[in-house]
Amino acid sequence: MEEAKLKLTDVHKRFGSKVVLNGIDLAVPKGKSVVVIGGSGTGKSVMLKSVLGIVKPDSGAIEVDGEDMLRVPAKRKEELLKKFGMLFQGGALFDSLPVWENVGFGLIQGQNMRRKEAKEIAIDTLAKVGMGAEVGELYPAELSGGMQKRVGLARAIATEPEIIFFDEPTTGLDPIMADVINDLIIERVQDLGATTLSITHDMASARKIADYIAMIYKGEIIWYGKKEDVDHSGNEYVDQFIHGRAEGPIQMEILKP
Amino acid sequence: MNIFAAVGRVVLALLAETGKLALFAWVGVSHLLRPPFYWRQIGQQMLRIGYFSLPVVALTAFFTGGVLALQIYYGGDQFNSETIVATIVALGITRELGPVLGGLMVAGRASAAIAAELGTMRVTEQIDALSTLSTNPHKYLVVPRLMAAIFTLPLLVFIGDVIGIFGGFVVGTQSLDFNAGVYIKNTYDFLEYDDITSGLIKAAVFGFIIALMGCFHGFNSKGGAQGVGRATTNAVVTASIFILAANYVMTSLLFSS
Repeated sequence: MEEAKLKLTDVHKRFGSKVVLNGIDLAVPKGKSVVVIGGSGTGKSVMLKSVLGIVKPDSGAIEVDGEDMLRVPAKRKEELLKKFGMLFQGGALFDSLPVWENVGFGLIQGQNMRRKEAKEIAIDTLAKVGMGAEVGELYPAELSGGMQKRVGLARAIATEPEIIFFDEPTTGLDPIMADVINDLIIERVQDLGATTLSITHDMASARKIADYIAMIYKGEIIWYGKKEDVDHSGNEYVDQFIHGRAEGPIQMEILKP
Repeated sequence: MNIFAAVGRVVLALLAETGKLALFAWVGVSHLLRPPFYWRQIGQQMLRIGYFSLPVVALTAFFTGGVLALQIYYGGDQFNSETIVATIVALGITRELGPVLGGLMVAGRASAAIAAELGTMRVTEQIDALSTLSTNPHKYLVVPRLMAAIFTLPLLVFIGDVIGIFGGFVVGTQSLDFNAGVYIKNTYDFLEYDDITSGLIKAAVFGFIIALMGCFHGFNSKGGAQGVGRATTNAVVTASIFILAANYVMTSLLFSS
């Protein structure tokens, strides 16, 4: 059994009467890439936000290097959160700041680095995702969707985090740009030796960036295995999802009579 | 029975919202007193909330001072008007109209802008992104706005007081044929230090209300563009109501003795 860098045990979360996470159990091995697949509204984003403290789970344990983030003192939790970086689905770039300041934000605000030094690192990081220094002076609104994703990736890796989350990294991109982003993710993660947890419904992306794939359905992990095994998982939910079939055990609300 | 249930639901929702607001205000105030302080953000917000509101406040004060002079002259004792107009304009502007109208004008401008900006940041996950970059969103977004509004509103109102009194002076001397020297002497003789400071204390409280309402509604906005629009409207409406209510309470406290 590989050592788990991040481990979720029996995590529950409900909003009012709606159960979103129904006892999530998931271990992300150190230095590996786990991709969680699943349909919209199955709890993928809430799971990531629970780990990051943006959403507070009702019960369960979330361990990082063996420390339960839900039970450590607030100061320690802040320290543990510094181990994380995240690429958001829509980029979530700060539109009031130029690109270089977006990338260097975690260094300036989180690590109190001088702006000049942070700018140099931001420009270097932008180069690692294939962007020139001149892009650093632009504002996010002046960038295309693909460029925004790359800036988001640069921001996520600039602080050299130990764990990186990717929330739908290829959503909204054309297939070629999606593949470019997948390649960049693989390269940069290998550079850092980071552990990654991604959520996506793009199977091409999942197959490319994952070491392990997990499937989430109705707030539970219903299958977990090596990516090579996903095509013969023996799980009818997984089969329906990866082949994108309307018919199967997963019934969309819209199809119900 | 349904009526009771409906009323109960409204009361519960109101209580829940009041509790949320009180908690939000408490978190904001507690961060207001603890470092780190984001001086760059505080400076930017002072410029946006204070400096850019100056034309609106100045125009409002000038015309209010002028109208007040006319109303007192036409509605009062015209034999003794040279003394009464100057005195009431000065007292009315510094004690009530300066801070209240200034506060309402800035509420319309700044509260709306804050709610729209933070609301957009909320729905595009920029506020969540701050947390992942080791930055407390309350400290980075709320505290600079609270600080800027608390410090700049008294300055704005002081400038508004001067311009408002000047508005009354212009109407008095140009339209009502008062003697300029006598008008200034009457203003100076009857205006006391407490009249000005009471208005400035009110302005600081109004500044807190303006920034708090903008931040609270922006932070809690949801549901895309429509949600941001609703947050903006609610921020202006609640800030205006709270300003008027706070004005009554402070007037009764400051002038009861």
